[in-house]
Amino acid sequence: MKTLIKAGRVIDPANKIDALMDILVEDSKISKVAKNIQAAADKIIDAQGKIVLPGLVDMHVHLREPGREDKETICSGSKAALAGGVTSVLAMPNTSPAIDSKENIKIIKTAIQKSAQANCFICAAITKGRLGEELSDFASLKKEGAIALSDDGSSVDKDALMLEAFKQAKKEDILVICHSEDKQLAAGGVVNLGFTSTRLGLRGISTESEYKRVERDIRLAKETGARVHIAHVSCQESLEIIARAKKNKVRVTCESAPHYFTFNEEAVLGYDPNFKMNPPLRSKEDMLAIRKGLADGLIDVIASDHAPHTENEKDIEFERAECGVIGLETELAAAITELLGNNLLDWSKLVLKMSLNPSRILGLNKGTLNVGADADIIVVDPEREWIVKKENFYSKSKNSSFIGRSLKGFVEYTLCQGKVHRWNS
Amino acid sequence: MGWIRKDLLGLEELSKEELELILSTAESFKEVSSREIKKVPALRGKTVVNLFYEPSTRTRVSFEVAAKRLSADVINIATETSSVKKGETLIDTGRNIEALKADIIVMRHNFSGAAVMLARHVNLSVVNAGDGWHEHPTQALLDIFTLKEKLGKLEGLQVSIVGDIAHSRVARSNIWGLTKLGVKVTVCAPKMLIPVAIEKMGVAVTSDIDEALSNADAVNVLRMQFERDGETAFPKQLEYFKEFGITQERLKKAKKDIIVMHPGPINRGIEMSSDVADGANSVILEQVTNGIAVRMAVLFLVAQANEKIKNNEDVN
Repeated sequence: MKTLIKAGRVIDPANKIDALMDILVEDSKISKVAKNIQAAADKIIDAQGKIVLPGLVDMHVHLREPGREDKETICSGSKAALAGGVTSVLAMPNTSPAIDSKENIKIIKTAIQKSAQANCFICAAITKGRLGEELSDFASLKKEGAIALSDDGSSVDKDALMLEAFKQAKKEDILVICHSEDKQLAAGGVVNLGFTSTRLGLRGISTESEYKRVERDIRLAKETGARVHIAHVSCQESLEIIARAKKNKVRVTCESAPHYFTFNEEAVLGYDPNFKMNPPLRSKEDMLAIRKGLADGLIDVIASDHAPHTENEKDIEFERAECGVIGLETELAAAITELLGNNLLDWSKLVLKMSLNPSRILGLNKGTLNVGADADIIVVDPEREWIVKKENFYSKSKNSSFIGRSLKGFVEYTLCQGKVHRWNS
Repeated sequence: MGWIRKDLLGLEELSKEELELILSTAESFKEVSSREIKKVPALRGKTVVNLFYEPSTRTRVSFEVAAKRLSADVINIATETSSVKKGETLIDTGRNIEALKADIIVMRHNFSGAAVMLARHVNLSVVNAGDGWHEHPTQALLDIFTLKEKLGKLEGLQVSIVGDIAHSRVARSNIWGLTKLGVKVTVCAPKMLIPVAIEKMGVAVTSDIDEALSNADAVNVLRMQFERDGETAFPKQLEYFKEFGITQERLKKAKKDIIVMHPGPINRGIEMSSDVADGANSVILEQVTNGIAVRMAVLFLVAQANEKIKNNEDVN
């Protein structure tokens, strides 16, 4: 099976390519990237006027399987990923059971083999049951296929235990992804602490609850020399701490999510739970700082923190509603609209943040259009505007902050290991 | 301009003109309660459902009396006796009430924003009778109505709100309403009970009760909910009275005819001494009377507006 993608603007920062080129795919691999490829192909994709990128790598995704298949499954979540141009996802371990043992990795691996539509990689839990009490066995988790560790959704509160986790992670040379949050300082809050929480009469979450824990996580990582990745950075102070650490050669990377560079706390004023997430949407200044951090390279990665929840858990009183929003199907268009649209990123940098950097951080052989690499490629119409509609999501859940918004940039084709998917809606 | 909202959810979103319209409508309804037959047919054939997720006597009774004086039928639902305990969602409850062909839900809820959410999901009118720490618009309206009745005007007045500002829906609604109507507002509380960035609501902030009283034309004293003690930082009762309690002693240093208000129920000897509560400056019982007129006005306006909305939809 040969597929030829013709005359698109090919962006491949790993090979310093930004030019009108053709790509020939044979079976699951890229076989040639050049101008005017003359080859007999089974399928030709006319990419004139389109942008051709390496498939996106989203390193923060909740697929909910096993345990909460009512919210999402590996099948539905990975289909949603493909529709959003995401060909590889890192599945977070806060499932039921948590992915904290060899046996549980086997469960999820079997499920992935059976039903995944995209490349699904496994992040295992730092502590058993994600309870923050006892470390899981990193060596066996890695051996079984985990490529990163995280208690995402929670932070490991005990300093000594976290220090030990970093020591073990260093020994096993495995990445630790930190959900940096001091729950005590967060004080049961549901929105950002500030004028908005006062106006709404809701408990506020201070930025302190985030950045104090970012500071600790980086400090412990530095002591041990382990690699640490700070998930879903939402505020300015965290960025300052990360910038200092990077300057001091700490092995730290970080991500933020589309909702943090698109919205700020004022989006919550209508009490719509589709704007309830943790960390919360912060002030406008924080949102601008996130944009700046993306533009100047401080923030390495854009990840969706795709967090599906059913309507029963979301369309209820704000304080009772679950935290989190889906994002796989809107992240690329959000980045094109908000970051490219405001000249904060160009296409190459966008590929860095959404494909090549996460790939490198996770040690994956993804994020490039290298000849011989897996044919994970997307074809994007950069001009097409579309309205985000609940009924068009492939995800099982519909809890998106972007519903009703007009976004620019539409994924027309997703090739995942050479398999072609075409999107119309 | 007329009233066009199907709901009354808070005072934050109202314009000065809308606030004035409610107040003037309330003025015309006030007389009804002094008639021998205390009833007008304005809402005859309408059904008002009081849906209370939090215990409340005075607000519920006040709404009930208001609805009945407008000739509406009134149904009271309290959480103890409803299927809410069986796990029904707020939206389902709202839609069921709608299916009963009720016209107005008056809702008290312990979660901030609950009324806003309910109003989004039903076509009937929703009147917020207090949601969490967010708003209690009819309480603020009756406070403002009483103030205007007593002092003849609102513009330029100085009002101090004293007590647990952080957890008070009454404070928030009063602040929005008063500031829009040209009243200068000071909030006074122990620092731990002043919410972040409250000054952005256009108020002055102090923790000195004498300062709060010094220039005030009125003081609105909030109920201290000591049941919160332990849940968040909270002052001790006696300390609070010593530092912030309104006494005759303190009133002596204030304007002679300062008006003392309280949304009730009063903790005598905690927020204020008994002699203040029962004294010449107190308008606490007049507030209760005015609450009926204000709630009649609100029920009448939202019902009328929703009627128009429905008729327009029929035309379209």
